[in-house]
Amino acid sequence: MEKRAMLIDYGYCTGCHSCEVSCRKKNDLRLDEWGIKVNEVGPQKFSNGKWEWDFVPVPSSLCDLCEDRIAEGSKPLCELHCLAAVIRVVPVSEVSSCLESMDKDKVAVYLP
Amino acid sequence: MEKEYSDWHDNPTMRSWHPERLNARSECTISDVNDLNKPWRFEEDGLTVTRTSPWSPPGCHPVGCSLKLYTDEDGKLVKVEGDENNPVTQGRLCVRCLTLKDYIYNPSRILHPMKRDPKKRGDADAWEEISWDEAFALIKSEYDRITKEYGRESIVCFAGTGREGGTMAPFGSRMLCTPNYCYSQSGYACYVPRMAASSYLLGAAYPEIDYAGGLPGRYDDPEYEVPECIVIWGKEPLPSNPDGFFGHSVIDLMRRGTRLIVVDPRANWLSTRADYHLQLRPGTDAALSLAWINVIANEKLYDAEFVEYWTYGFDELVERAQEMPPSRAAEITGVPEEIIIESARMYANATPAAIAWGLALDQKANGMQVGHCLIALMAITGNIDVPGGQRIGDKTMGLNEAGFGFEEGLGQELIAKMIGAKEYPAYCGLILNSHADLTLRAMETEDPYPIRMGFYAGNNLLSCTSAEPERWMKAINGSMEFVIAFDTFMTPSAQATCDVFLPLATIAEREGVVQTHYGSSPVTMGFMNKAVTQGEGMSDMELCFNLGKVLNPHLWDQYEDIRDFIEHLRLGKKYCYEDIRKEVVLQRYVGYRKYETGLLRRDGKPGFNTSTGRVELWSYAFHRFGDDPLPYYIEPQFGPESSPELMEEYPFILTSGARTYAFFHSENRQIPYCRELNPDPLLEINPEDAKRKGIVDGSWVKAVNQFGECVMKAKVSPIVKEGVVHAQHAWWFPEQDGNDHGGGAYDTFRSNINNLVPNFHFGKLGFGAPFKCMICDVVPISESYDTDMDEIWEKFGKLV
Ligand code: SF4
Ligand code: SF4
Ligand code: SF4
Repeated sequence: MEKRAMLIDYGYCTGCHSCEVSCRKKNDLRLDEWGIKVNEVGPQKFSNGKWEWDFVPVPSSLCDLCEDRIAEGSKPLCELHCLAAVIRVVPVSEVSSCLESMDKDKVAVYLP
Repeated sequence: MEKEYSDWHDNPTMRSWHPERLNARSECTISDVNDLNKPWRFEEDGLTVTRTSPWSPPGCHPVGCSLKLYTDEDGKLVKVEGDENNPVTQGRLCVRCLTLKDYIYNPSRILHPMKRDPKKRGDADAWEEISWDEAFALIKSEYDRITKEYGRESIVCFAGTGREGGTMAPFGSRMLCTPNYCYSQSGYACYVPRMAASSYLLGAAYPEIDYAGGLPGRYDDPEYEVPECIVIWGKEPLPSNPDGFFGHSVIDLMRRGTRLIVVDPRANWLSTRADYHLQLRPGTDAALSLAWINVIANEKLYDAEFVEYWTYGFDELVERAQEMPPSRAAEITGVPEEIIIESARMYANATPAAIAWGLALDQKANGMQVGHCLIALMAITGNIDVPGGQRIGDKTMGLNEAGFGFEEGLGQELIAKMIGAKEYPAYCGLILNSHADLTLRAMETEDPYPIRMGFYAGNNLLSCTSAEPERWMKAINGSMEFVIAFDTFMTPSAQATCDVFLPLATIAEREGVVQTHYGSSPVTMGFMNKAVTQGEGMSDMELCFNLGKVLNPHLWDQYEDIRDFIEHLRLGKKYCYEDIRKEVVLQRYVGYRKYETGLLRRDGKPGFNTSTGRVELWSYAFHRFGDDPLPYYIEPQFGPESSPELMEEYPFILTSGARTYAFFHSENRQIPYCRELNPDPLLEINPEDAKRKGIVDGSWVKAVNQFGECVMKAKVSPIVKEGVVHAQHAWWFPEQDGNDHGGGAYDTFRSNINNLVPNFHFGKLGFGAPFKCMICDVVPISESYDTDMDEIWEKFGKLV
């Protein structure tokens, strides 16, 4: 199996929690466990007048990057449902070319 | 009887969508293997997959984000996934459909009809399960008795918002045959004030921003242009998906270069990404929009050709706008003058540009005038009916016949008795609803006549829609001898005021049609396919048909069955439901610049569907109804200008009702996965104000004003300005007792911000209410009402 990573261009993550809930439903997790959790950073107005307000989803140790789904050729469930379409699970070998093409200033890469 | 159907393929506005790739997502998220182009039902790994495009319930606007429902051999729903075949959503889903299983199999869901002795209203333990036959027999005998004694006008059908039930006019006109179909929010302060501005000035329904939803190539379609600028005015499209507009389309467009201007008293996610955020004082939108017109007119930034050929009354409008120079608007709104000027320029200079106008416009007495200004702005900048501008439907699009069967069902004599028809014809005539506040008065005073029976269609008015909810409860219980609720869960409204409870089917258990924007200018038309059976619930369509046949058979014998009724009501009597439903979702193509081609008017002449054939910036309709034909600004009824003496006691401006992802209005509180995202009712307060008041984040506070009070949990946040607080709406606590222990059923009055909002504060034509521009004080309290999520899980997490 090729090693994979999760890319999130969280600059567009709106904090809708669809990823979190999708994963809980898929893996039958109760409320005290999660496969991915959306963290809120801010809101805060910086002295330059600009707002910082980001939602940054972080996968947990329970995230297996939807191995089973990928094996069948479908998308990880959080990726399918993400309202802002910011999640992407890709082979590690493609990460740098993805980052190259993304042209965004807020992207996180995870190897959960 | 053999029916003659048309072939929908022959309708130029209807198209199926067979994508080769998904382009609403960024280039990084296209997957090679998916369920594109699969049939409406297929088998996969021993499960049956049913594709469907839902409306409600769970509560939602008609967005119709397509779903794949996976059922096992016992017909049980195993899982829900998003369906990539929907041209707009392309598989994306919000938490409310993702938790559909927790809704359908929730242990507190009501699955069978129930009755209760009217003397025992409010007693949560007095319900008795009955059969549908018994329920219908009881309803029939009460209906016959009450209508014989008091007339059919003594019945009110209370409609809610968003859900199909809330817009199901035949509940009033054909099932109960009452002219008093009533959206129970004061001044119909939702959608209709904007609709009035569009209908009367533009001759078209609600112009939505063009997000390429109806184009085969979506954002990459050669006909489409990405808007250079979108103005989000008093709207939170991301969580609310208003009126069927899939809010995250804005994100798709931002990725493609669209810049934003956000007009909102609160900072929100979009405003923090916008070029301009105009953080105005709540309720002053008309001043701001008039100042934009002032800037655009005086700096000659308008589309002179469109103004000359397609608008009426431009000079008068410009003259009126001279009364509102940006300097004055700056004083009124609190938005700096240069920001008003620069943002107006940005909007006017962008081609194309679109305004996404929201509910906040409606929630003030002056809302229709804001709508007037925004229609004027869309028109004079030449953005109406152009690619990437404002999308409007053509005269053939609405397969939902406006006023379906209204006259046949009621007759002129009854229609004339509609409460408020004489006093507020612009309101009652537009939406065929009785006036909300006057209906309240009728219940309280029997003026113009006694009210004796009620029916709730997708409405939990005591928790959500009604201002001064306890007053509504007393009015209903004081006047009505028989009240029917129709819902999925017991609600505070049903518990406190109803005598019969009828179970409602969810989206997975029903058939029907969903058209975005309620069908007047849809981008998609979706079809609901039934996949599971749980309990005895009926859909809105089924109850209307089945109970209609019992109460007024003469109006229902013409329909063979439910599907025949669906075809009449939702498919213009043209298309065969059995065939078309297999498409699951169709695009509705509408084309552009239809005012040039005669597609907007019934007479086929070019122009808009108004008396002058132009967009009426000076309105004949408003003039005829006795209002000013030009837009104007009036101060909110309460605030620093209108009631300075009250500001000493109630120093904060109070706005309410911002949307959340977790809930659709008063719904989803019993879904643990949703509740966990927002366990308690929140009141947002600026850190400086909080410090001054001794309020810490997460502590409980009392919000109070001259009309009432409620308790909320403080969220200390800079997203509200100093001097402004925002409170969430529609709270109740299904984990609490249904019996009233002082806070209403399920404690719904304890944290109900509508306790602080009065009725009878609408504008001249009857529209609007100050839900978003009240005043209040906020004081810390020592009690805590924190929700125990373990309790929520215990009560609602174990599915049946
Ligand atoms: S990739 Fe799969 S397991 Fe990982 S967070 Fe997403 S849904 Fe959960
Ligand atoms: S689903 Fe997507 S947009 Fe929503 S919170 Fe998760 S990552 Fe963010
Ligand atoms: S917006 Fe409505 S239809 Fe779409 S996923 Fe959410 S609840 Fe379902």
